[in-house]
Amino acid sequence: MSEISNAPTEQDIISFVIREARMIDQHRFEEWLELFADDGYYWMPLEWGQTEARLTTSLMYEDKLLLKIRVERLKGNRTFSQKPKSRCHHVLQTPQIDKFDHDANEYVTWTPMHYVETRLDEQTLYAAWATHTLAMVDGALKIKLKRVDIVNCDAAFGNIQLFM
Amino acid sequence: MVEYRGNVEAIKSLVRETEVHRDVYVSDEIFQLEMENVFANTWVYVGHDSQIPNAGDYFGTTIGTQPVLMVRHTDGKVHVLFNRCPHKGTRITTEGCGNTGKFFRCPYHAWSFKTDGSLLAIPLKKGYENTGFEQSHAGKGMSAVKHVHNYRGFVFAKLNDAGPEFEEFFSESLSSLDNMIDRSPAGRLEVAGGVLRYMHNCNWKMLVENQTDTCHPMVAHESSAGTAVDVWKNAPPGSKKPMAVEIFVPFMSPYEFFENMGIRVWPNGHGHTGVHHSIHSDYSVVPGYFEQMTAAYGEARAKAILDENRHNTVYFPNIMIKGPIQLLRVFRPISANKTLVESWTFRLVDAPDLLLERTLMYNRLINAPTSVVGHDDLEMYERAQEGLHVDANPWVNIQRLYDPGEVADTIAVTNGTTEWQMRNQFRAWSKFMTMTM
Ligand code: FES
Ligand SMILES: [Fe+2]
Repeated sequence: MSEISNAPTEQDIISFVIREARMIDQHRFEEWLELFADDGYYWMPLEWGQTEARLTTSLMYEDKLLLKIRVERLKGNRTFSQKPKSRCHHVLQTPQIDKFDHDANEYVTWTPMHYVETRLDEQTLYAAWATHTLAMVDGALKIKLKRVDIVNCDAAFGNIQLFM
Repeated sequence: MVEYRGNVEAIKSLVRETEVHRDVYVSDEIFQLEMENVFANTWVYVGHDSQIPNAGDYFGTTIGTQPVLMVRHTDGKVHVLFNRCPHKGTRITTEGCGNTGKFFRCPYHAWSFKTDGSLLAIPLKKGYENTGFEQSHAGKGMSAVKHVHNYRGFVFAKLNDAGPEFEEFFSESLSSLDNMIDRSPAGRLEVAGGVLRYMHNCNWKMLVENQTDTCHPMVAHESSAGTAVDVWKNAPPGSKKPMAVEIFVPFMSPYEFFENMGIRVWPNGHGHTGVHHSIHSDYSVVPGYFEQMTAAYGEARAKAILDENRHNTVYFPNIMIKGPIQLLRVFRPISANKTLVESWTFRLVDAPDLLLERTLMYNRLINAPTSVVGHDDLEMYERAQEGLHVDANPWVNIQRLYDPGEVADTIAVTNGTTEWQMRNQFRAWSKFMTMTM
């Protein structure tokens, strides 16, 4: 989107990131999935400072198809690990804009956050940084890449069932 | 409450022909005895020697619950040392792995040890003169595990002098490791891609049994693999099947598929699924790979190696390998109701990167703490760990396709949905648990 009238403002970018987390917390997963560009990815590295996802494994490195499988699964009648369902809660710092480039159609934010996931009597707190790479696609902001670096990414975790 | 220590009869009575008592999963005392016996009388996987290519390289892990170090000595040999300073017990290494140079130096009082564990130097050594220090435990340096065997890069150790020799313990089951290694045109594997660590609130044996449990995928994984199949059905016609779908779909194969794949049992608790085919049989061809294999082995041998598509091979007590995709899972016991699952992956030396890429995708989709397939399984283990506290029935059933003529420590190939391999593991468990009591 090169037309300036269509270009997002810094506030648009920040609001987008904050609302994205809210959709997850409110279990609006189908709407949330639509925030991703068709070639978008959700990436949760396994290693500190990981630079690539092909020959180094990750906790998650998922395209829209895999994300859709997750979203569908969460609703499934025989998804026993979600009976009862998990819940989650994000606390974000204000997203910082690291790149704001209309010409390249690339907007990058960095957002420190705390994320809590609960199920039954268990509650687990994770600290992470989310890096969003956004672009305008057909007049709307979309996620090209959401990267979530958990502070203790290489620790042994139990189930992480929702999205950070 | 039965007391099990020193009570061979009580321990043996926990394992019947077709059922096992829940205490094998829930009793803290049994767990402690397993660490002292099952994990001491058997050959336990320590690590792969590609993790320590150079002299002075070390890797810290556990055998059962015993902290150990696998280290490459100055002469190139791999040693396994207990990871404690002989002085006051301090853990010797700071990092999980690294290079220590020519010697280990304890960070507390600077005693130093050669990489075979022998004592090198002590500051102010005079203070030990005429104290009989040479005869003390400490004077001998870091304790080493005596029985270490490096099988084509895979390092195993046995803590006790008792128990079978390496070749006798594994016998023909080594064919699964061989096949995994032979899939490299160079006949060599390297640990690659990073290790996934996943904490499970259940007994370690539930995980081991699950590896040859062929009646659960289409049920427990309907939520994940079944959803993958459904979502893929709605893809636009003519779309190329993505790697991820290729990985998920076979989990939903019908019972016949698993019945016909076959199970082979070996002595000492080892066994594998997928004698004839497996969920890994129909992956897309990786360009250039077969040509590399043919160049290395000749066409007939290359074909024989690649036609072997074993599914899961269990090496008793606590690892599983998947030869066709070079994956190894270690079920590390922490307590009766806690197990750390490590899923390691390997690069086939001199083979295309695409193979490693697929292996890593498999590991991420199936074995990560963020994996939907992992969620399916863990939910079942945790429910079992809880349900086993029901007093009305303290027995777990492992009777499927039981044949009264079945004997321990034999080689057999049978129906792929048998629970014979689970019975095989428990017969081995009973044997190694009581062997030195
Ligand atoms: S504890 Fe290691 S030198 Fe004293
Ligand atoms: Fe499973």
